[in-house]
Amino acid sequence: MDTLFAANSLAEFLQALLTLVGIPISAETAYLIAVVTHVALVVGWFGLPAGLFIWAERKISARIQDRLGPTRVGGKFGWLQSLADGAKLIQKEDLVPKDADGLMFRMAPYIVVVASLAAYLALPFSDGWTAVALDTGLFLTLAVLSLEVLGVILAGYSSGSKWALFGAIRESAQMVSYEIPMALCALCPIVTAGTLNLNEVALLQSGGIWNWNILHPFNFFAFFVYFTCATASCKRAPFDLAEAESELVAGFLTEYSGFRWSLFFLAEYASMFLVSGLATVLFLGGWDDGLGILAAIKTASPTGVGSFLANAIGLLFFLVKASVLVCVQIWVRWTLPRLRIDQVMTTCLKYLIPISCFLFAGTVVYPLVLATMSGKTSIIGQPAGERLVQPKKAAGVSSAGAKNESHLRITATGTEGSSR
Amino acid sequence: MTAEIILFWLFAFLTCAGAILVAVSQNVVRMAFSLVLTLGSTAVLFLLLGADFVGATQLLVYVGGTLVLLVFGVMLTATGPFTRIKSSPADAILSGLIGVVFLFIVASTVTAVPWVDSEDGNDISQKIKIGTHTKSAEGGFNPAQQGNTTRPLGLSFLSLRADRDLKLGLPSELSAESNTAPVVPGASVVMPGVTPPPKSSVPPSTGYLLPFEIVSVHLLVVLVGAAYLARTKRRATT
Repeated sequence: MDTLFAANSLAEFLQALLTLVGIPISAETAYLIAVVTHVALVVGWFGLPAGLFIWAERKISARIQDRLGPTRVGGKFGWLQSLADGAKLIQKEDLVPKDADGLMFRMAPYIVVVASLAAYLALPFSDGWTAVALDTGLFLTLAVLSLEVLGVILAGYSSGSKWALFGAIRESAQMVSYEIPMALCALCPIVTAGTLNLNEVALLQSGGIWNWNILHPFNFFAFFVYFTCATASCKRAPFDLAEAESELVAGFLTEYSGFRWSLFFLAEYASMFLVSGLATVLFLGGWDDGLGILAAIKTASPTGVGSFLANAIGLLFFLVKASVLVCVQIWVRWTLPRLRIDQVMTTCLKYLIPISCFLFAGTVVYPLVLATMSGKTSIIGQPAGERLVQPKKAAGVSSAGAKNESHLRITATGTEGSSR
Repeated sequence: MTAEIILFWLFAFLTCAGAILVAVSQNVVRMAFSLVLTLGSTAVLFLLLGADFVGATQLLVYVGGTLVLLVFGVMLTATGPFTRIKSSPADAILSGLIGVVFLFIVASTVTAVPWVDSEDGNDISQKIKIGTHTKSAEGGFNPAQQGNTTRPLGLSFLSLRADRDLKLGLPSELSAESNTAPVVPGASVVMPGVTPPPKSSVPPSTGYLLPFEIVSVHLLVVLVGAAYLARTKRRATT
């Protein structure tokens, strides 16, 4: 189970703390509390950005269009507007069209929501602050993100409406195509770091802005290609062909209303934050402050309060970076015109895929060429290999595949076998 | 331990329920989405066993890839709004028969295998612990909590068999092999990369580098073939 929920550390912390206070609890109870806390945190963060960024989108779009946007609800700046919208949407009637396949029509929003929620499983918010620490972190995230398209197809197909079907076919063609360059560009920093574990990818970039992957010449361009594809995979303008209002009413959302419609939007904003968070971890140093201060704090006090505070501040850095990227997505949506479907497909198949293939090949060859020419695998910042052999940084959390034997998993079987 | 057993039964039930729904329902798209349930739950079962790489691959290949293709095919070839398939009673009886025979084969295989370690005669089920609730390792998390679950798998693709050459603990996806692998006597837990060759008569294994590369080339051939078949036949004659 510890592979499913990395809850043991919190459980042990709780147990130690409560025993200290004088309320001893059993290991199982502490474990349960820890698991519930982790789940609540992830689900809470899944719901929160939707409300936050919908409000931000309304305000930013209004300013871009020289309007004011919401101003009344909740006093200043209309900051409670999303909550009011949510309350309104829940009260609406839950309609199912006569021609629709009722069961699947009702099920579709949940598939989309579950897919984008499950993608948060492996996303690290700060050093070791992740729901599930996995060696296959990025792989699992991309796998789960590819499920979202099923919900969209289901929604379009089961609606029994031609607009919805057109929207779904467009959307699925777009999402399936854009997955390829997106995954290829996400692989570039993975090749640089040498691990699929998102926590380790971010740790390898800690210690200063010169270590960030975005300063790697190929990763720099990969970042922009990745971000374009991520915007497309979130069905955001200028790639929102699936719900092109002027052509398709609202695409696969045509027949949805009320709560089910709002679920689609919840999922959209959650995946916007997710792909931005992924970009932050892969390219922008994750929770690193760019000056090496947090890394220095963690080196100075690898356990205890100092490390915890450094992690908490790192969390803030991570959220700010990811939120800025979400705001860029919003900014792009309200300033660029929508592409035609053939333009969308041409952009992907004729330009983005060759570019990302080139970038991927370049990232693989780059350190080899540099090493032969200058004997060093990077120009700016430390080579990844040197960052690995730094003294242990974080509080026990694997410092980027640290060179100790805990590196490889030692289970009961292994230790039994070796002690024989 | 109870939590993962509950989860195991829940997802095992969902796997079977989805499979039965595929056979029972008559609507093609509903069948496809019952298949989503089955394959997705199978992926979760893999994850519960600690085989996260296999689980993620299951999701990516079957649910995210094959099924999307399948649903696409159904949507683009369907003649009516909701295509239905009705099978004749003879088909149902025949397929039921095949299913029962297959179940018998699987059940007899499972019961026929002696689930004991060939070396010490202990029950394997006592050794392979699903997500053992361990204390944290000294100085923080234990390897499983760090997520180091696929490293032996990756190393074996680089010609380094962690189970044979390094004699390390294994994630569950490899543990079946470890029980048949020859033991290197005297070898203890060592650091990866700096392993001295174990002093034994067993030659160092070559890992899976060659099969891995062959499969890669095979996939490339398949890709080229697919591109050739799918291209437009515009210039048949000049």
